[in-house]
Amino acid sequence: MSLYQYSIKEIVKALHKGDLTAEETAQMSLDRIKEVDDQVKAFVTVEEERLLAEAKKLDESKAVKGKLFGVPGAMKDNVMTKGIRTTASSNMLANFDEPLYNATLLENLTAEQGLMVGKVNMDEFAMGSATETSAFHPTYNPWDLNRVPGGSSGGSAAAVAAGEVMYSVGTDTGGSIRQPASFCGVIGMKPTYGLVSRFGVVAFAPSLDQAGPITRTVEDNAYVLETLAGHDELDATSAQVEIPKYTESLKKDVKGLKIAVPKEFLGEGVSEEVRESIMNALKMYELLGATWEEVSLPHLAYADATYSIISSAEASSSLARFDGVRFGKRADETEDMIAMLKKSRGQGFGKEVKRRILLGTTMLSAGYRDTHFAKAQQVRTLIQNDFEAAFKHYDVIIGPTTATEAFKIGEQEIDALAMQMNDILAVPVNLAGLPAISVPCGYSETGLPFGLQIIGKHFDESTVYQAAYAYEQATNHHKKRPDLGGAN
Amino acid sequence: MKYETVVGIEVHVELKTQSKIFSPSPNAFGHEPNTNVNPKDLGFPGTLPLLNEEVVNYGMKAAMALNCDIASETIFDRKHYFYPDSPAAYQISQDKQPIGEHGWIDIEVDGVEKRIGIERIHLEEDAGKLTHSSDGSLVDYNRQGTPLIEIVSDPDINTPEEAYAYLEKLKSIIQYTGVSDVRMEEGSLRADANISIRPVGDKELGTKTELKNLNSFAFVRDGIAEEAKRQAKLLDKGEVIQQETRRYDDKTKKSILMRIKGHADDYRFFPDPDIPPLHINENWKERIRQEIPELPDARRARYIKEMGLPAYDAQVLTATKEMADFFEETVELGADVKQASNWLMGELLGYMNKHLKEIQELPIKPRELAKMIELIKDGTISSKIAKDVFTYLVEEGGDPEAYIKEQGLGQISDEGELTKIVGEVLDANEQSVTDFKDGKGRALGFLVGQVMKATQGQANPQMVNKILKEEIEKR
Amino acid sequence: MAKITKEDVLHTANLATLAISEEEAEMYSKDLNNVIKNTEKIQNINTEGVKPTIYGGNNDNILRKDEPKRTITQEEALKNAPSKENGQFKVPSIME
Ligand SMILES: [Mg+2]
Ligand SMILES: [Zn+2]
Repeated sequence: MSLYQYSIKEIVKALHKGDLTAEETAQMSLDRIKEVDDQVKAFVTVEEERLLAEAKKLDESKAVKGKLFGVPGAMKDNVMTKGIRTTASSNMLANFDEPLYNATLLENLTAEQGLMVGKVNMDEFAMGSATETSAFHPTYNPWDLNRVPGGSSGGSAAAVAAGEVMYSVGTDTGGSIRQPASFCGVIGMKPTYGLVSRFGVVAFAPSLDQAGPITRTVEDNAYVLETLAGHDELDATSAQVEIPKYTESLKKDVKGLKIAVPKEFLGEGVSEEVRESIMNALKMYELLGATWEEVSLPHLAYADATYSIISSAEASSSLARFDGVRFGKRADETEDMIAMLKKSRGQGFGKEVKRRILLGTTMLSAGYRDTHFAKAQQVRTLIQNDFEAAFKHYDVIIGPTTATEAFKIGEQEIDALAMQMNDILAVPVNLAGLPAISVPCGYSETGLPFGLQIIGKHFDESTVYQAAYAYEQATNHHKKRPDLGGAN
Repeated sequence: MKYETVVGIEVHVELKTQSKIFSPSPNAFGHEPNTNVNPKDLGFPGTLPLLNEEVVNYGMKAAMALNCDIASETIFDRKHYFYPDSPAAYQISQDKQPIGEHGWIDIEVDGVEKRIGIERIHLEEDAGKLTHSSDGSLVDYNRQGTPLIEIVSDPDINTPEEAYAYLEKLKSIIQYTGVSDVRMEEGSLRADANISIRPVGDKELGTKTELKNLNSFAFVRDGIAEEAKRQAKLLDKGEVIQQETRRYDDKTKKSILMRIKGHADDYRFFPDPDIPPLHINENWKERIRQEIPELPDARRARYIKEMGLPAYDAQVLTATKEMADFFEETVELGADVKQASNWLMGELLGYMNKHLKEIQELPIKPRELAKMIELIKDGTISSKIAKDVFTYLVEEGGDPEAYIKEQGLGQISDEGELTKIVGEVLDANEQSVTDFKDGKGRALGFLVGQVMKATQGQANPQMVNKILKEEIEKR
Repeated sequence: MAKITKEDVLHTANLATLAISEEEAEMYSKDLNNVIKNTEKIQNINTEGVKPTIYGGNNDNILRKDEPKRTITQEEALKNAPSKENGQFKVPSIME
C-alpha cells in the first residue's frame, strides 16, 4: 500500500471508517521515506518512535475523529515544533533541539489530529531557490535527481512529489512555495498575507512571509488550507476573516471567469515550452467558458529590485537575534563578548545568508535607507496599485509560475534572464500580499513539470481554487508521478 | 570668554502596567532571574510582539499631562544594536511618529518662571540586565520588555538649577498621572543630559556631549555644572568638543569619557512590520483625558488661593498626589487647614523621610488624623500627648479615640472630678495655700504640679488653674 | 551610487556584528555592487506623493489586554542556552 494511491479525501474517509489506522498511515509514510529519501533527501528530521506513538494514541482515542485524523504531513524546518529540533536548515540552529512551543499553524493541524511525520529541508533561513543553501545537504528533484527541487521549500515540495507524505507546509516570502511546486509537479498555495498565522514560523521578511500547503491535488490543497488558516491572537498581523469552506465551492464552474494575463509575465526568459503550455492553458479556460485578455502591470518590471531591497532589509533585522547567547550556535574559543557575537554569527550563517544580511544592512544604513529602502516601499505601493487596477476588471491573473522547468544542480545562475524572470513571476504576489497557486500545466521535453500560476484578489482563495480545480480536472498533468522505483 | 550652557534632557520612565509592553510576562521587579520571561522576551525565533493596550493608555496619559499633542497615527520602529541585553538585537521603539509631540512644562527657579519645551514622548521597551564578573557576564531578561516612555526635552534648559527643577516637576506630574512610581533608586526614572555650551550671544548650538548614569537629580545638577566647566576649559584653550558619551562620577565629581560617538552609531531604524499601526481617534483621546487628575500646578494654585496656604506649604503638600489627596481628605473631614497642613508637613513628612516610606505605605488615614486634630481642639488631649497619638497612628494605625481611652491618655476635664482632686491636694499642702495667700506666686505653680502628679499629667491645665484659684479663695 | 568597496563591506559587517574575512569582504563587495546595480532601476520611477507600504496587511489597532501570564519556567528559558550559570545566560566579558 502506498500514499500515492490516495487523495487526502480518500485516506480520511478510510481512516474515519476504520479501514485504515493512523498507525498504518504513519507506517506507510515511514516506509516510503525509507524507500526513497536517500535519493530525494527531503527530510532533515524524522522521529520514527515519536510518530508511531502519536499515531497509536490517535487510534486509541475515543474522541471524534478530526478532519486530518491520521493524515501524514511534513513541516518545513522553519516551523517551530515543540521539543523537536527546528533548524531552518542552518548551522546556527543545528542544535536547537528544544523549541519551547509549536507554531500556531501546527497547533491547528494537530487540533484536527493530523500526523506530523517530520521536518523537511529548505534553503538556509528560506534564502534561496534551489534548496542548495541548506547547511545539511541538498534536496533532489524526484523527477530527475540531477535537478534541483526548487526552493526555498524544496523539501516540502519534494516530499509530497515523492509520495513520502500527503501534504506539507512550506513558506513563501518571494515564491518559495510556488516555485518548488512548479519544479516538482505539485500544487503549492501561497495564501493572502495574514491568512495563516506567522507565530512560530522563523521570520525571514515579516511583511512578506506567508505559510501555505503543498499537496498533490487542488482539492487536497483546499482541504488542508481550511485547517491551516485562521485568525491567531498571537500574531498581530493575522487577518481577522472567517475561513470559507474552500472545498465546498471548489467545483463551481468557471463559466464567465475573467482572466488577465500580464504581458510582463511572458517576457524574455520564459522558455518556449512554458509559453506554449500557458497558451494551451488559456485555450482550455476558453473551452471551459472563461475569457482572458492580455494586460499590462507596468511596475511588475521593478518587482525584483523592490523585493531584493525590502526582503534583505527586513531579513537583516529578523536574523539579528541569532547571536549565540540564548540558543543556537556559539563560536568556541571566544574570550571577548563582542567577538563571541561576531564569530557566532560568522560561523553559524552560510554564505547566502551572510550576503543577504550584508545587503539588507546596507539598505537600512545611512546613505541607503532613504534613497533605496524608503523608495522601494513606495514602489511596492505602485505594484499593489497595478494589481488593484487589474482586479477591478478581472477575477484572476494568470501566468507561468516559473520561466522554465527545474534546472540542473549548480546551474541556476547560467541563465540570467530566466533567473530574473523567475523573480518577476514570483515576488509581485508577496509584495502585494495576494493569494497565488501553482498548478502543473505541462512537461518539458525532458519530462520535467512546470506550473501555471493563478493569482487572486485578497482573501479570494476560493476563486483561485475554483480556477485551479477546473483546469486540473480538465487536464491530466496532475496524474503523472515521478519514477523513483518502489510502489508508485 | 563667557558661555551659555544649553541642555536637553532625556528621561526614561518605566510604566507600572501588570504585564510587559510586547509580551504577557509579568512586569515585576525583584524576582529570581529569568522567571518573568517568555519566549518572546528571549528573542526566540518565530515569536511576535503583541502590544499591551494599557501601555498605550499610560503613554497617552503622561503625554497629555505634559501638554503634548497626541498622534492620530503612531507606529513602532526597530532600533538595531547588538548587545546581550537586547534579545532581538533591536529595541522596539518609536522613531518618526511618536505618540506625543510639542509639549511643555513650567518650572520656577529663584522665583522666576520658565517654560521648558518637550520635543517628543515615545513608547519603547526596556532591555535585560547584565552583571559583570571576573570570568564572564550574566544576563537576566526579567526587565526585558518593561514598558518605557522616553521624554525628550527641547534644549531650553540653561542652568543646572533649571535642570533640577525640570526633573522635579516632571517627576511630580508623572507621579500624579499614576502611570509610574518614578523612583530613581529603583530605576523607574532614569535621566540623561545632552550638554553643549556656546559663547553668550551666539545663535548656533555647540557640539554636545551626552552625560549618562545620573543616579539622582542632584547628580544631574552637579554633572551638568561640571561638564559645562570642562567644555569651557577646552574652548578657552582653543580645543574642540567631541561628540561623546560621558558619565558623571559622583565620588570624584568629574565627568568621565565612556565612548566617542561616530560611524558605528547607525541604528538602522525602520518600521516594525510585526506591529500594525495605531490609529488613535478623538474618543479614545478624550477617554484618557478624563482620567487625568488635577495636576500639581493647578492644585498648588488652588491651595494658595482658596485655602489661604502659604506658597511654600502649598508646594510641599502638592509634591506628590498621595500627599495632596491625604491633605484634602483630612480637611474635608473637618480638620482645620493650618492644623492639617502642619501635622502633614512636620510630623508626617519627617517620619516618611526618616523611614524612607511613602505615605500610601503607612497605616495612617485621613479620617484618623482629622479625628486626632478634633480631639486636640476639644481639649481631650494636649498637643504634647497628641505627638504620642500620632506616632501610634503612623506606626500601627487605628482609632485615636479608642487608643487614648485604652492608654488612659485623655485629659481630665470633668469639673467635679478635678474639684475633688484639687481639694485633696490643698488639704495635703496647707503651707503652700498659706504661702500663696501671703503673695508667694510660686506656690501656685507647686500646687498645679501636685495636681498634675495626682492625675498622671492628664488634668486639663487651664481648668486646673481656674479651679485651684477658686478653691484657694474659698479657704 | 558610489561603488561599495571591500572596506564598506567590512564596515557593514561590523554593523551587522558578523565576522567575515578579507576575502569574503572582497567577494561580497562584488556581489553587492551587482545586486545594487540591478536595484537602481527603481530610481527612475516617479514616486512623489506615493505612500510607502510598510506592512503586509491592513490590520490596525491590534492590542492585547494588560493581563500578566507566566508561560515558561526559568529552567525552560535556559534549556537551549549555550552557557548558563545561576539561572542566567552566561557570555564572555568585554575585554577590549
Ligand atoms: Mg534617546
Ligand atoms: Zn530610549
